Amino acid sequence: MSDFGRQVEEHVPRLRRYARALTGDRHKADDLVQDALERAWNKFHLWRPGSDLRAWLFTIMHNVFVNQLRQGTLADLGVPLEQEALEVAGSAGQEQALVLRDLDAALQRLPSEQREVLLLVGLENLRYEEAARVLGVPIGTVMSRLSRGREQLRRLMAGEAAGATLTVVK
Amino acid sequence: MSMISENDLHAYVDGELDPAREAEVEAHLAADPEAAQRVAGWRRQREALHAQFDSVLHEPVPARLLERPRARLPLLRMAAVVAWVAVGGVAGWALRGIAPGTSPHAIPLAHQAAVAHAVYVPEVKHPVEVGADQEQHLVAWLSKRLGAQVKAPHLNELGYSLVGGRLLPAADGPAAQFMYQDAEGRRVTLYVRTDVRENRETAFRYARESGVSVFYWVEGNLGYALSADLEKGELLRVAQAVYHQLNP
Repeated sequence: MSDFGRQVEEHVPRLRRYARALTGDRHKADDLVQDALERAWNKFHLWRPGSDLRAWLFTIMHNVFVNQLRQGTLADLGVPLEQEALEVAGSAGQEQALVLRDLDAALQRLPSEQREVLLLVGLENLRYEEAARVLGVPIGTVMSRLSRGREQLRRLMAGEAAGATLTVVK
Repeated sequence: MSMISENDLHAYVDGELDPAREAEVEAHLAADPEAAQRVAGWRRQREALHAQFDSVLHEPVPARLLERPRARLPLLRMAAVVAWVAVGGVAGWALRGIAPGTSPHAIPLAHQAAVAHAVYVPEVKHPVEVGADQEQHLVAWLSKRLGAQVKAPHLNELGYSLVGGRLLPAADGPAAQFMYQDAEGRRVTLYVRTDVRENRETAFRYARESGVSVFYWVEGNLGYALSADLEKGELLRVAQAVYHQLNP
């Protein structure tokens, strides 16, 4: 068991990095990691030694995250952006111009499914196949979420510029 | 050179391509400045993520994350399960009352599963609605009716093959039952129901209902109960195999 503990400990910094980017908040992130670790301890007898512990821990954390979103413990700010982002890109409503302070805020505006994929692949360097297993979705879904996520993030970051431009024009 | 798709471009950025395909994508990018620009943008996103969050890796880890959950709930729960398995029903029953997290919904889950088991297991002609020969259809159908992705684990390694499954009424809606059978005709059923009120993970719990042994647990919004007329240790082995397949 102490072996299991040591192995888990090695992964804690990366779990924390992912959780920080995912929740955008230091305390929420560590709460999420703590819940995930507690669950891992709860189920460690189900972990098959020799299998990929990192993937197992990320899977557990994903499940905890999804449960918390569902229960409303974590607010999911990620509303579908399609429309909003387009309005910013076009010159439509100045009032609706998104004010995005930084990447952190932009990430929080992404739908959580896209945010997860973007971070697992782009930050945690999981292979597409691993991300698919962690999230319990087909690889094609990972690809489409990644593609949409990157495009949304680009638009959001560009939206910041567009908002600024509109303000100047006014 | 075959067509370069959007997916190829992402895979290129994420280092998922083999060298040959990578070279093809590079040639494509050299000839398509617009695509090259998008790819460069995605790379910048990756770099920005690392610039923003890599510092977390070097922060001291809060002590609360490194504590072993010694006196915490999970181990207590595990201890309770071990006691059920090792010591037997009487100790299990006594511990059951104090096991943390035992919700009022958990008992009906085991009970409903045991009843469904007892009703359909003796069936000779119609043990299931849809047979294992139509497994894909069965799983798709039950997933649709339960409104959640359900899976029929494969237990062949343990000597149990899938007979098929059926849709059942549970307390608040539909439930699914998968039936398995070994060479001697011994049957095991896996009962799945959407259990949104519970909506938390639990450890394995054991119950004995009208002569049927049941291991049950909750995972996300799904409640699972594995029933059989088997000795506890053996059923636990099957339950763990089921769990592994549902959580690879």
